Amino acid sequence: MSIRTEPLTGVAQAQRRGRPASLAAWLDREAVFSWLMMAAPILFLAAFVGYPFVYGILLSLQDRPIAKPGTFVGLQNFIRDFNDPIFWRVAVNTFVYTGVATLLKMVGGLGLAVAMNQNFRMKNLVRALLLLPFIVPTVLSTVAWMWMLDPAFSIFNWFLIALGMPKPGPSWLGNPYLAMASIIVINTWRGLPFYGITLLAGLQTVPPELYEAATIDGASGWQRFRYVTLPLLQPIILIVTLFSVIFTFADFQLVYVLTHGGPQNATHLFATYAFDIGMGAGQLGLGASVALMMLPALALLILALTLYMRRQ
Amino acid sequence: MVTGHGRVEQAVRVWLPVGFFLLLALFPFYWMAVTSVKPNAELYNKNLMPLLVQNPTLKHYIGLLTETSFLVWTWNTLVVAVISTAISLVLGTMLAYPLARMRFAGAGLIAMTVAAIYLVPQPLLFLPLADVINRLNLGNTLTAVILTYPTMLVPFCAWLLIGYFKTVPKELEEAARIDGASRLQTMRRIFLPLCTPGFISAGIFAFTLSQNEFLYALIFLTQSSVRTVPVGVIAELIRGDVFYWGQLMAGALLGSIPVALIYSFFVEHYVAGLTSGSVKG
Repeated sequence: MSIRTEPLTGVAQAQRRGRPASLAAWLDREAVFSWLMMAAPILFLAAFVGYPFVYGILLSLQDRPIAKPGTFVGLQNFIRDFNDPIFWRVAVNTFVYTGVATLLKMVGGLGLAVAMNQNFRMKNLVRALLLLPFIVPTVLSTVAWMWMLDPAFSIFNWFLIALGMPKPGPSWLGNPYLAMASIIVINTWRGLPFYGITLLAGLQTVPPELYEAATIDGASGWQRFRYVTLPLLQPIILIVTLFSVIFTFADFQLVYVLTHGGPQNATHLFATYAFDIGMGAGQLGLGASVALMMLPALALLILALTLYMRRQ
Repeated sequence: MVTGHGRVEQAVRVWLPVGFFLLLALFPFYWMAVTSVKPNAELYNKNLMPLLVQNPTLKHYIGLLTETSFLVWTWNTLVVAVISTAISLVLGTMLAYPLARMRFAGAGLIAMTVAAIYLVPQPLLFLPLADVINRLNLGNTLTAVILTYPTMLVPFCAWLLIGYFKTVPKELEEAARIDGASRLQTMRRIFLPLCTPGFISAGIFAFTLSQNEFLYALIFLTQSSVRTVPVGVIAELIRGDVFYWGQLMAGALLGSIPVALIYSFFVEHYVAGLTSGSVKG
């Protein structure tokens, strides 16, 4: 701060401490202006996020059939969840789905970013096309995948049979393992461009001098990637991964459309199972308890990401 | 010096991996398009080469537009997306400006809360929200989704805009303040007009997210006349065990077009927003 501004700030502070000269002056105070400006959005979020959140916790403590008053049952819904073998199946499914899909997106996204980080013509057009899976509504692209995995007319099976596999070929959505593999692949297909393009932006900030220096020191292509690129990309990889984990963990659309949790609950995730209990079977309380079981893991992830983003 | 051999090698090094990723990304769309113009006789004949069409037909498109409420769903989707995007941009700006520019007690806490809300996925809230919407008697109205989409879009827009607002230099605002403009005047007349690119980025994201939303629409909209495209396609074009694949693919393709169009016009803004590290994946 330069010397000349000191007296001016002093005067302003003196005015702020004293009685405001008028309403206009009061409204112009930083804190007053800020809180008045933020009042509407804060009230909105309190009503439609804060209230439902608290209400959801209360709901999970009730036996509450749809359209009927509920009765308080304490932790009984959670006890029922713990004794429900399907619930544990759902928990395992969700962790497998999230873990494998995230890993595939991370590795594939790095590959995509490295491939795109070269000079070639029509690069912007290619980048725009590669992002299409990410922007097209998930439900609509999932319907296309459903048709590609159709039991009778799957295009993949047509290829496999043409290559000599006996008819009718694998039942992609009928076999529990293949169904899980299918939803993981489709989630990866949709999320990969997000990883790839974000990591590409990170790659482009790596100064070329670093690579040159590494090359002079005799580093191979792999060593340059391992010891120059990866460490510099680490913060971006971390943020993208946390984002992706949160929304893969709570995924709903893809599974609801493609398998509806089947076959034999092999692809049910927390979100789809909570939906089936809450909306399908009309047990709002029990459904809310299943949804809330996502909270501990989600809260940790959200906290980690929020703190990390603030530090950046 | 680039020799002929070197150029071939370079082309292979670029286009082999890039081509692989392009094929992976685009094949499902090709398959949608091909299926949507195949007559049923070709669609369900296993002896034909499936990658090409022999007698293309628009029958599925005509059926989709005349026999189903697809046009109504498209209209609903656009109305909902435009209004909830507008609401979210206004409310998001009202949160973002003080958080980006003012110093006051509690700013850090509010910023953290906004970021946390932005990360809360819908499946955590949909059951209690369904009950709230029922009690407000908003079931089967577009208002139900217009009110609930901003729950995810407002924190999102706010977060993206805070980042953008911080990149705008403060000098013009300071000059306006010295000239005696109030904070509100400074914000509206001086600051906001400078932020059009930020609004475009946030707006496109909000628009694509609204078009993509499925869970709330599925729960709140159960009548054909108020459905959005994703829910209409899933609930009404998939009829029992009989699939109308031609029509379904026509619907999936047409339903993707509004988003793809908006996206193609503003792709640079979209990528800029995406790579600012604040987007859901």
